[in-house]
Amino acid sequence: MTADATQRAIETVFRMERPRLIASLARMTGDIDLAEELAQEALVVALAEWPSSGVPRVPGAWLTAVAKRRAIDAMRRRRMVDRKHAELARELGEAQVDIGEQIEAAVGNDVGDELLALIFTACHPAISADARVALTLRLVGGLTTQEIARAFLSTETAIAQRIVRAKNAIGQAAFTFEVPHGAERTRRLSSVLEVIYLVFNEGYAATAGDELVRPVLCAEAQRLGCILAALLPDEAEVFGLRALMELQASRLAARTGPNGAVVPITEQNPAHWDQLLIRRGLAALARAETLGGANGPYALQAALAACHARALRADDIEWPRIAGLYDRLRVAAPSPIVDLNRAVAYGMAFGPEAGLRLVEEIAGEAVLRNYPPLSAPIRGAW
Amino acid sequence: MRVMVFVKATEDSEEGMKPSPELNQLFVDMGNFNEALVNAGILVAGDGLKPSSHGKRIAFDGPERRVIDGPFAETRELVAGYWLWDVRDMDEAVEWVKRCPNPMFGPSEIEIRPLYEADDLAGLIPDEAAAIHDGVGKKLAEH
Repeated sequence: MTADATQRAIETVFRMERPRLIASLARMTGDIDLAEELAQEALVVALAEWPSSGVPRVPGAWLTAVAKRRAIDAMRRRRMVDRKHAELARELGEAQVDIGEQIEAAVGNDVGDELLALIFTACHPAISADARVALTLRLVGGLTTQEIARAFLSTETAIAQRIVRAKNAIGQAAFTFEVPHGAERTRRLSSVLEVIYLVFNEGYAATAGDELVRPVLCAEAQRLGCILAALLPDEAEVFGLRALMELQASRLAARTGPNGAVVPITEQNPAHWDQLLIRRGLAALARAETLGGANGPYALQAALAACHARALRADDIEWPRIAGLYDRLRVAAPSPIVDLNRAVAYGMAFGPEAGLRLVEEIAGEAVLRNYPPLSAPIRGAW
Repeated sequence: MRVMVFVKATEDSEEGMKPSPELNQLFVDMGNFNEALVNAGILVAGDGLKPSSHGKRIAFDGPERRVIDGPFAETRELVAGYWLWDVRDMDEAVEWVKRCPNPMFGPSEIEIRPLYEADDLAGLIPDEAAAIHDGVGKKLAEH
């Protein structure tokens, strides 16, 4: 391999290992900034050593061992005199142990819990949504600040500021990098799902820039969804969100016309829908329902997307079923937009009068006065 | 991007699977590797293929179609298994393959091939053919 290819290989390995590495270091030091710094130092060591020694058999464990040794040095320098210090003093003893043994010890470690803790921390509801999104893409998605800026058509400075804001919020609240349980878990999980869906939506219905879709963000969100599903195999709404994203992503290729305009779902060519994603989406939806989550907000939206995915002609769309799903979504996640879409579905299912009656009920709501579809004729607005 | 990852056959794999402690270990190691692929969110599908003695080939030459029964000679060019992965780029696919346990008892190869995507084909398919493909796609969607 040429030197250039070797360096690329090392950087790829690092990108793959970085989230778990940072998760492990954040748990150990309680400090995301320090964790990132230590991970970066481990990369520098790898770039110096791996070209001659070769990439280690278990690179993640190698990087973790190197970074943890440096963490202990850093802690020692900072002379932290608290409980953390006592804990670290114990690890300090271990630090004298041969690095090979440390790597062997780290290989068997289940770091899934640490990664999950990092995800919950980066998506903490105490952090503003845009900062949560940037931090999650940086730490869990492994994107660089530059890549995030490009994806969101923002500047690196702006994204860096969001990340700093998020880190400050985490530092001030002194989060513990633990996985929450019980009712707290439910509340926090919805914040995690919100972040992933925000990333997806920014890709699916770009709010900035000339391009209407940015598939990179959709792919990133779907990957985060898969990772989360592997970590939380019994959480129905995780599968509901996965189903929703996969069913929507199945239409990415059909969603923009040759002139770059959005093609409404009723006019899309189903031949361009990605059948593999549809099958995966339907399977994830079935899993969400099996887990008792049929009435979760994401599962219901996925069920709506499934109605469209199954209908190959506009005539095949089961509007009464869609109307029924909106009845339930209205309870699970009340919003004026849901009410409006429900009115459209009622109009399609039971005739214009049924739809118009519901429109009149919501027309007075101020939030929607500036929402364009309300002033447009009722048709397949969804 | 989606890539197809081919596990190439060896003389061993062409003989079919026989119970052995080594095979047991391979199943365990492969299971762990597959789990890592799922945890990373990249595994889409995968399967192992029976030896080519179970396979058939059809040779084309003009209007002629000739059926050839397996096994086939060029063992190392045969496929013994596959995965379909969704990865960020080829570099990532390469690093994942490096982590795969050797799928064979002895030297072996794994090959990575990216799938054509809509963008690659744009401008290549004439309108008439595109219409036929659309029709096929629609029918496929009905299944």
